[in-house]
Amino acid sequence: MIPSDQLEEILDHPLKDRLNLHRFIFCPGCLIGTVITSITSCLIEKGLTSKDYAIVSGIGCTGRSSGCFKAPAFHTTHGRAIPFATGLKLANPRLKVIVLSGDGDLFAIGGNHFIHAARRNIEITVLCVNNNVYGMTGGQVAPTTHIGDITQTTPYGNMEPPFNLVSLAAAAGATYVARWPGYDTLRLQKSISKSISNEGFSFIEVLAPCFIQYGTKNKLGDAVEMLEWMRKQIRIKTDCPPHEATFDFKKGVIICGEFVDEEREGFSKRLKQIRDKVQSNKSK
Amino acid sequence: MSRRLPEVNGTFVQMEDELASITCCLGASYAGLKTMTATSGPGLSLMAENIGLGVMLESPLVIVTIMRGGPSTGQPTNASQSDIYQTRYASHGDYEIIVLAPSTVQEMYDLTIRAFNLAEKYRTPVIVASDGIIGQMMEPVFYHSNIKLVERKGPQVLPEKYKPFEVFDDDLIPGMAVAGTDYNFYVSGLTHDEEGNPDSTPETAVKLIKRLCDKITRARSEINDWEEKYIDDADIIVLAYGINARGVPEAVDQVRQEGYKVGYVRLKSLWPFPDELMEKIGRQGISKVVVSEMNYGMIIREVQRFQHLFKVSGITIPTTIPFSPKFIYKRLMKEV
Repeated sequence: MIPSDQLEEILDHPLKDRLNLHRFIFCPGCLIGTVITSITSCLIEKGLTSKDYAIVSGIGCTGRSSGCFKAPAFHTTHGRAIPFATGLKLANPRLKVIVLSGDGDLFAIGGNHFIHAARRNIEITVLCVNNNVYGMTGGQVAPTTHIGDITQTTPYGNMEPPFNLVSLAAAAGATYVARWPGYDTLRLQKSISKSISNEGFSFIEVLAPCFIQYGTKNKLGDAVEMLEWMRKQIRIKTDCPPHEATFDFKKGVIICGEFVDEEREGFSKRLKQIRDKVQSNKSK
Repeated sequence: MSRRLPEVNGTFVQMEDELASITCCLGASYAGLKTMTATSGPGLSLMAENIGLGVMLESPLVIVTIMRGGPSTGQPTNASQSDIYQTRYASHGDYEIIVLAPSTVQEMYDLTIRAFNLAEKYRTPVIVASDGIIGQMMEPVFYHSNIKLVERKGPQVLPEKYKPFEVFDDDLIPGMAVAGTDYNFYVSGLTHDEEGNPDSTPETAVKLIKRLCDKITRARSEINDWEEKYIDDADIIVLAYGINARGVPEAVDQVRQEGYKVGYVRLKSLWPFPDELMEKIGRQGISKVVVSEMNYGMIIREVQRFQHLFKVSGITIPTTIPFSPKFIYKRLMKEV
């Protein structure tokens, strides 16, 4: 339980009108909260109210984030946030639909939906809070865990290479792709803002290392030390091709920035064009 | 549907897999549309988890399953009735679901309309359990004009007071807000209180599961539907459903011509199981119920719960061809 004096302080959050603070269950030092407030700030800045958007999440630590928004918010099943969001968008193309979920949810159990949504260029924004591990379920290896890393299920070191989410998203057809450290809220907000305006599939990878499950096992210090460890590896690049967006803890290089920003007709727009064409042929 | 829906302002999407199909439908349902998806046995297995999500989010949705037999890939394009338990128990957890069983192509049309109405009214996934024969055959169908459509119950309070699972009525069904309106709400597949907050205390769990089940079982008399003949004077009745019920009337008539008092019941809805029909059969003084189904015995186990009222025997064969009138006649002659 949070002591009442601290609770008062928390409830006095500057964004309290837009957030359900009682649903913040995240560990101290975790950057998920930062991502939530960054999204919220963007929505406010764009003048969007809750009838203009919906938030969808899957399962896991970030899976619990949808409930933190005062919005139509959906906590779906493991891996299925993207198809749920696709349904919302197709049924009401006016909605800005934001998927906020973790790396395990989006790229292991939900990997198939991710690549197909990107291929379709459905007009949604997917934010992946990447902590390189399954945080909530006890720190098991994820498809984003780096080779050699110690996790609950790789006590002798991870044997599998990780996905590079940026190049994966770009190769699958996403029309906006970016990667930012979760603490860099200015750049992150600007990027979220752009992704919401993109009339296609947008993907932002947010780096948010989990010091409880990942840092402790890999002896990376406490939350602040771990962020400092990550910060030293971050290189922000412009005009870097997505397949060169290195994310390598061993080499100590993490390339951040915008990697794809292009225009391609979105899926719901195409569906509307087909519908209009069919109906006008019929009325002739 | 891919051809027709765009003509009537609808949307058809072929998703990447069944998990995506059903979840996409749930999303669209929560944006206010009526949605459906169709599949067959293995596809329904893949949809199983999100049938549970539909139950938990109380999201209207119609699922058509064309039973083909299994296990596994089984007998594609053939007919079967072996997914009767799958329609009832596909997802994990305690829940009730509505399942309808068409016998003809006409009923595919009629019961799909009914499925949408039930899904909207009870805020639940509804399954239309058809089979490989009805799914592929051609029969005359009469389209209705002036179809009575049911719309889901909307929020009953203003946005600032709205809780997504708060119940005001005896039917135990909360008013449903959708995205794109002034309503804020959080719905979760986690066990939740009426505000939508994840809460796994025993009190909340019991209260939620009880309400989700009761809202369906209490409405049994309105949901359940069947066709019956010669029940009033029958000593033995045949109970069948779906494609396999089509040979029953002829067989029963032949047996009656031999002077035996037989009748039949054809179930048009399977779940919730029509307990009230069984009690009625018991009250009529019928001595035996012969369950006829194209599986190794599924609905018969439900009927056996009423063995204190009448004897139960079965013609339960997991075949892909419906029982002919001649075959049913021969079997019935052994029962009389």
